[in-house]
Amino acid sequence: MLRFFLRRFTVAVLVALTVLTLAFLLTRLSGDLAISIAGPNATAADVETIRQVYGLNRPLHVQYFDWLGRAVQGDFGDSFFFRDRVANLIASRMSVTLTLGLVGLGIALVVSLPLGILAAVREGTWVDRAVSLVALIGQAMPSFWLGLVLMVVFGLQLGWLPISGTGSWEHYVMPGVVLAFSAIPSLTRLTRSGMIEALASDYIRTARAKGLSRLSILVKHGFRNAAIPVVSIAAVQLGFMLGGSIVIETVFALHGIGYLAWESISKNDFPVVQAVVLVLALLYIGLTLAADLLNAVLDPRLRTG
Amino acid sequence: MSALLEVQGLRVTIGSTAAVRGVSLSVNKGETHCLVGESGCGKSITALSVMGLLPKGSLRETQALRFAGEEIGRYDERQMERLRGDRMAMIFQEPMTSLNPAYTVGSQMTEVLRRHRGTPRAQAVDRAAELLARVGITAPGLRLGQYPHQLSGGLRQRVMIAMALMCDPELLIADEPTTALDVTVQAQILRLLAGIQKDLGLGILLITHDLGIVARIADRVSVMYAGEVVESAPTAALFAAPEHPYTRGLLSCVPVPGKVKRDEPLGSIPGVVPRIRPGFAGCGFRDRCSRASAACAGAIPRRNAGDSHEVLCTLEPGWGGKAAA
Repeated sequence: MLRFFLRRFTVAVLVALTVLTLAFLLTRLSGDLAISIAGPNATAADVETIRQVYGLNRPLHVQYFDWLGRAVQGDFGDSFFFRDRVANLIASRMSVTLTLGLVGLGIALVVSLPLGILAAVREGTWVDRAVSLVALIGQAMPSFWLGLVLMVVFGLQLGWLPISGTGSWEHYVMPGVVLAFSAIPSLTRLTRSGMIEALASDYIRTARAKGLSRLSILVKHGFRNAAIPVVSIAAVQLGFMLGGSIVIETVFALHGIGYLAWESISKNDFPVVQAVVLVLALLYIGLTLAADLLNAVLDPRLRTG
Repeated sequence: MSALLEVQGLRVTIGSTAAVRGVSLSVNKGETHCLVGESGCGKSITALSVMGLLPKGSLRETQALRFAGEEIGRYDERQMERLRGDRMAMIFQEPMTSLNPAYTVGSQMTEVLRRHRGTPRAQAVDRAAELLARVGITAPGLRLGQYPHQLSGGLRQRVMIAMALMCDPELLIADEPTTALDVTVQAQILRLLAGIQKDLGLGILLITHDLGIVARIADRVSVMYAGEVVESAPTAALFAAPEHPYTRGLLSCVPVPGKVKRDEPLGSIPGVVPRIRPGFAGCGFRDRCSRASAACAGAIPRRNAGDSHEVLCTLEPGWGGKAAA
């Protein structure tokens, strides 16, 4: 188990380093940074000054290691636009996005796991077909539209929930539901197919021959084995939720990392864009690593493999 | 002595296939009853019917299904759950996939005892270790902590047997327990089953297509063909005087060292087991039988061919002479 962990961890660190390097190279490859920063009306002297101030006149490898050294410590420099440290910006926005993502994933799991198991147990019946239909509708529904509908119904007409902002837990309910809707179809389908496969296996027949209870057969023996692909996809889905919630953050006026990315891109705020991309990439790497480890806990065969 | 397991007129229909068509058999305490026949003749379905483990969508009808004197044919799922793994246990053909890959051997074994007897974990672990040793596994303590993928097929089947014995069952159903194993391991497992039966006095219903196994450990044999028991007899009587053409055909397929000459072809039965639809009448074997006559399409009499030796055939017992096969 320790060897498995160390190997996965090493791979994760290597991928993270590659991402850091790519992030650095991409900003340098996208043209002369000093000219971009100086803006369209700058003189040659202005550009040269900027080059001096930002250290862009140094050799590339020196710039790289200098940048890497600071990035590893969480120092991404200052934002051009927000008049704040990039690290501070990311930290404050990240908490909103993390909360939203975890609420979304939580709702998605609470809905899709029981639905998937139910559909598998009742395979081929009207229950199964109804679940497939719900999944299909969920997949087909654009999230901004669902968000607006929820706002109109629960926010404006019924007045149960606030429609924008991040003041209390109630603010996260509607965006969480909308975010969950994007993950529910794939998680439900994966749970269903995994359970169907598990329930048809020989060890389930053994479990029944042992006289175990229906609950133990379904959950302990069935779902434990069906959960492995679900864990992997749930990790990817959480990654999508954290990195791709721009639409929902915009609809609900939640100032999260997605909103920050959109703002900084539209304002050419390079240090922020670079840091957002990096943080999201690192989050993905972290989530994949977590999913691998969780799977190794679930399936002993993976630990030696 | 009343039978431990008594099955009368068992019929199983799966979709449009009549998988089992009026099977009757009984297993006494301390007896090994072998169910033989080709693949697809309904042996496993018969065994699963007894355990109440038939696949979804199958329909089971019986005149009687008695276990230790109780009619279990009308038991609901909960009552069957209490019986399974406790008083009747089953082991399967596929040792490689019959254990759950996610749990240790110890966890899967103790689970049975904890479920049926509420035994505390520590005691259940002791019992599991004791049984692993009983089935010839060295270092039981080590094996209890291992996962199925760390064990060979032979070891896994031993674990399955030990697991089946956790609650001291009265009846053990073994569905081709050695088919997937190496020949040397097969012999070990059979010796083990025979030894366990002698020591514990349980009744065994052993399903196999291997007549060598039958000759070695069966007390009684039922030959199944196309969902029916076509011949049933004490082992010695069946081998000495097989009556049904199908039984004779099966026996002629087995090479006997010393009896079969070099270059002499082994016997074979042409064709395959047919799929029987509900409403089928007559002998299921008639299309493959060299002795078939017009009478074989009608009702087939169940004839007595000696002391508790029954045969389902239109031919008179003794038709081929005692020395045949």
